[in-house]
Amino acid sequence: MHRFANPAQFNRLADVVLPWAIGLTVLLSVAGLYYALFSSPPDYQQGESVRVMYVHVPAAWMGMFVYMVMAAASFTALVWRHPLALLAGKAAAPIGAIFTALALITGMLWGKPMWGTYWVWDGRLTSVLVQFFLYLGYMALWQAMEDEEKAGRAASILALVGVVNIPIIKFSVDWWSTLHQPASVMRLDGPTIDGAMLVPLFLMAAAYQAYFVVVFLWRMKLEINNRKLSVMRQASLQNTETQMEVAG
Amino acid sequence: MAGLKTRKKQRLLVVSLAVASLMGATLLILLALGGDSLSLFLQPSDVKAKQVAAGQHFRLGGLVETGSFARAEDGLTYHFSVTDCAATLSVEFKGLLPDLFREGQGVVTEGALNTDGVFIASTVLAKHDENYVPPGTMPKSADQCVHPDAQAAADAAYSGR
Repeated sequence: MHRFANPAQFNRLADVVLPWAIGLTVLLSVAGLYYALFSSPPDYQQGESVRVMYVHVPAAWMGMFVYMVMAAASFTALVWRHPLALLAGKAAAPIGAIFTALALITGMLWGKPMWGTYWVWDGRLTSVLVQFFLYLGYMALWQAMEDEEKAGRAASILALVGVVNIPIIKFSVDWWSTLHQPASVMRLDGPTIDGAMLVPLFLMAAAYQAYFVVVFLWRMKLEINNRKLSVMRQASLQNTETQMEVAG
Repeated sequence: MAGLKTRKKQRLLVVSLAVASLMGATLLILLALGGDSLSLFLQPSDVKAKQVAAGQHFRLGGLVETGSFARAEDGLTYHFSVTDCAATLSVEFKGLLPDLFREGQGVVTEGALNTDGVFIASTVLAKHDENYVPPGTMPKSADQCVHPDAQAAADAAYSGR
């Protein structure tokens, strides 16, 4: 673990992983979209509208997964003060927010023709909206304070507080009556989705996962370089100051 | 170095305890609130058990009973029954029904009971279940409430579009 907590080591590892992750993202997206849009059957009730699921469900899964990544990074940052852990949370947050927004928007677009409404305040929809606001709050806290260290710590605490929302999202459809349908894939008695529909669903989920790795590594490298740049800038500023003092 | 290690252990303990107690507190609050206040709708047997008064606004959810759907002479008013197996309520609705509205499938309606015990709905939303299968395939987790002919009706409705 400690080996990867070193920025130079991390950059080297990222450069090895990135080309593979990019290749996988392209491959899985093309295959997933082909199956999702052309090579899978319509649903017995929804007809062709079922195809929204292949974009919506993996996005919702990723919204929760990235939140867990962000929370784990925040936990590591608070306890062990690893400099990279703080940056990992910061790098993950906007990606998770985008996935959550995508799940909310595609869900609304599907809901209007199928349910008859864009939105209801049921347990599932509300808890996912709360997750979106948690992401926004986390990102806002990073911006709210001048001192990066302090801002990161405040944001990390918020990320950990928000972890309580994850089981609420998952079990909202079991605990309360909701308009949103109950779990179809991760249920005790096995998926209630036909095999021909599970293929594009899992391909798309894998594509989203690979996409996350790509953007996450890019953003981590960017954050590391930003750090380096500000350190260098400070060093050169101090240098000129001493030179001026000497000259004066 | 020993001091650094203890401080890390202390932080680990504090942060873990804080997260765990927050989780516990939230789940206890949700448990204390109970399912009713956080649920979107009441099922027909809840309505009977609570003896909801006429005129009181609430959401009613359940399955549209097979064979109960009828369109009134004016062509705009619909009558159907919502059931949860244990109890059934008659519903009257004037308006547009959503695409997924089918006999044997779920609905969530909003409105109030009239003095005759008929639920006068102002909105009807279709509730999709957890099954995703191609047309002509039997859904895997068929609700025991769904009558055997619901599948045939659903298939007819699908191919008829």
